[in-house]
Amino acid sequence: MLYREAGQFKASYQEDQQIFTIRQDRIGFWAILAVFFLAVPLLANSYWLQAILIPVLIFSLAAIGLNILTGYAGQLSLGSAAFMAVGAFGAYNFMLRIDGMPFLVGIVLGGLSAAAVGIVFGLPSLRIKGFYLAVATLAAQFFIVWALVKFPWFSNYSSSGVITAQRIEILGFAFDTPVTKYLLTLAIVCALALVAKNMVRSSTGRAWMAVRDMDVAAEVIGIRLLHTKLQAFAVSSFYCGVAGALYAYTYLGTVEPEGFNLDLSFKILFMIIIGGVGSMMGSFLGAAFIVLLPIFLNIAMHSTLGGAIPASFASNLELIIFGGLIIFFLIVEPHGLARLWQIGKEKMRLWPFPH
Amino acid sequence: MKFKNTVVLGAAVAGLLATGYAVAQDQFIGLPSYRVGPYASGGSGIYGGWIDYMALVNERDGGVNGVKLTWEECETEYNNARGVECYERLKSKGASGNSVFQPLSTGITYSVLDRVAQDKIPMVTIGYGRTDAADGRVFPWVFPMITTYWSQNTAKIKFIGMKEGGMDKLKGKKIVNIYHDSAYGKETIPVLDVQAKKYGFNVIHIPVAHPGNEQQSQWLRVRQEKPDWVILRGWGVMNPTAIRTAARTGFPRDKIVGVWWSGAEEDTVPAGDAAKGYIAAGFNVAGANFPVIKDIQSNVYAKNKGNMEDKSRVGSVYYNRGVVHGIITVEAIRTAQEKYGKGKPLTGEQMRWGFENLRIDNARLKALGAEGFMPELKVTCEDHEGSGKVKFQQWDGTKWTVITDWIDGDKSIVRPMIEESAAAYAKEKGITPRDCSKES
Repeated sequence: MLYREAGQFKASYQEDQQIFTIRQDRIGFWAILAVFFLAVPLLANSYWLQAILIPVLIFSLAAIGLNILTGYAGQLSLGSAAFMAVGAFGAYNFMLRIDGMPFLVGIVLGGLSAAAVGIVFGLPSLRIKGFYLAVATLAAQFFIVWALVKFPWFSNYSSSGVITAQRIEILGFAFDTPVTKYLLTLAIVCALALVAKNMVRSSTGRAWMAVRDMDVAAEVIGIRLLHTKLQAFAVSSFYCGVAGALYAYTYLGTVEPEGFNLDLSFKILFMIIIGGVGSMMGSFLGAAFIVLLPIFLNIAMHSTLGGAIPASFASNLELIIFGGLIIFFLIVEPHGLARLWQIGKEKMRLWPFPH
Repeated sequence: MKFKNTVVLGAAVAGLLATGYAVAQDQFIGLPSYRVGPYASGGSGIYGGWIDYMALVNERDGGVNGVKLTWEECETEYNNARGVECYERLKSKGASGNSVFQPLSTGITYSVLDRVAQDKIPMVTIGYGRTDAADGRVFPWVFPMITTYWSQNTAKIKFIGMKEGGMDKLKGKKIVNIYHDSAYGKETIPVLDVQAKKYGFNVIHIPVAHPGNEQQSQWLRVRQEKPDWVILRGWGVMNPTAIRTAARTGFPRDKIVGVWWSGAEEDTVPAGDAAKGYIAAGFNVAGANFPVIKDIQSNVYAKNKGNMEDKSRVGSVYYNRGVVHGIITVEAIRTAQEKYGKGKPLTGEQMRWGFENLRIDNARLKALGAEGFMPELKVTCEDHEGSGKVKFQQWDGTKWTVITDWIDGDKSIVRPMIEESAAAYAKEKGITPRDCSKES
């Protein structure tokens, strides 16, 4: 019913190559964008914007970053949070030390410093693979957080080692309300997601996937392994870095290096596993699932049930339900939420004649 | 079908968000607690004690001048992002919004520092958080009350000087500072260096990587250095490990002085006999023999309304610290009600005035049944710390015993450092410090 594709013909290469080849998808996509750009700022209150939507968007961006590296290029990484930290501290230092640094340039420079660090820690990937590479990126996680605490220059000699994000101003317009911060985050995330989607559809992404599927074969058909892997590390770290900068500037405002700990890296990894490895949409779904479910459970347990059950029991119950649901989803659909949507969509396209 | 599900789910979420609004005339206190994770023992004890004290005020006195206290917990898991969500969720609940935010986590404190000023909700960080926020001219909304890490550190050096027989005896002594290798652990290094120069002792800083459950090399280094004293600036599992390893390397435990986050039953009991003689600072003392704790027992636990599942923890260090949180919160409400009208719920702005003009002297403490339980407190516009005093307690193998009176921090060292750091923050953020002579 929804997907009646009769009469949709592709008459040019351009039409054949667009991201959404089905008209209904295109309409749905623009409708979603319209809702998030137009309706949400009008309707949502500051709780929804600041505590729900902005973190989901930022973590989606980080998940896209990790998905590029792990999902598309097949390199397992446990250092995403550290690359976010590099982005946050990088952007902070560029804006602090260079007078009149425009915000967007500062964010991009923060992302680029993360990319540079990512390349360095990506170097071992040429020799080591799989779990061993995960351990090597684990080193990045610990080293970067340690370095940010160890050298006070990074936090501008703050006695407590934290950085406080400067005001966000673009062309004289101050982004200081929840709505403007949300729109800024949304715009950056949408733009970068579009770039990422196009990257994975182009020769760059195909090279990554070739390396992922079998690196010897990829080498035989003329893909330079070192180049491709480092490219994936750089792009992935850039995305994580920008996400980290946004985390500091549009979400928390003040961040400490310990905030970017291994737990956060694991969280981002869970996002892509739950959402769907090697899927753009999965990055968004996974981020929403991992960020929102604990909050939803917490509201259900503490606000609604309130005094009915002891608070310690409620808090532990939340973790149990959260873990249980993750296992449930992985059993029901090992390829993630994105795959679930894909199956649903295929069914809808065939409906009402499934055979 | 899918659409219908979404609508039902949306309605359910909206319903959940709408509940929990208290009846007017109540004073709402949002509790960003943590009862799971590595620091759950601290979180459950402190929030438990705090809730019990508020329950006591409701049960025994019928609230503060007739205004009942209501509260709601929000689990932060000691995670900054979750803390921000809790802050946003709790901020507009109750008749007049959240009265005070006390996250019990330095990380969350930093994450909501800008928000509290914007939303006009005071943030009280008792014994943690941002040290330079003690300068109330730059941080009008933040109250790092009773004592900061820097004040406490100078009090520790005073204590060591006392034990050595005078501050002049510190010359040539050697003190090792074993710290948790994080922003929290490193915070006292500059103030220790300043004191080392002033008193002429040597200080050696030895970091322990998080979480600190392996400290053989650090304590072997301590043995090589043969220090006169060791300062333990630990956290969580690092504390019992440090005490056990010290015992194994033969360092006397009664020469180890811990910070207040290293000085609870949860830190010493796991170390067993090794902890005997270990000394820690605290801005509250342990023990269930105070009238206020007895009142809680007879008014709250006797009616089966207590918050602690393990009732033996009532009177422990963390629990009593929670009672201190409760006393400070309730007294601030009382102070603010005297200005803005008794028997009315207060807004965040009015609460801020209450905290800034909070005076708890010994007579008041006695009336509250908490004499000697916590230090006197006098908060002013310039000084949001209000006290700076700590007591030192020693573990005798089964319980903490107080071994000193209240020892004051050295304001002549700490205050200039606080002002310098706050001024740097003000400059970075473009804040003009308040003129305190104009405040009423």
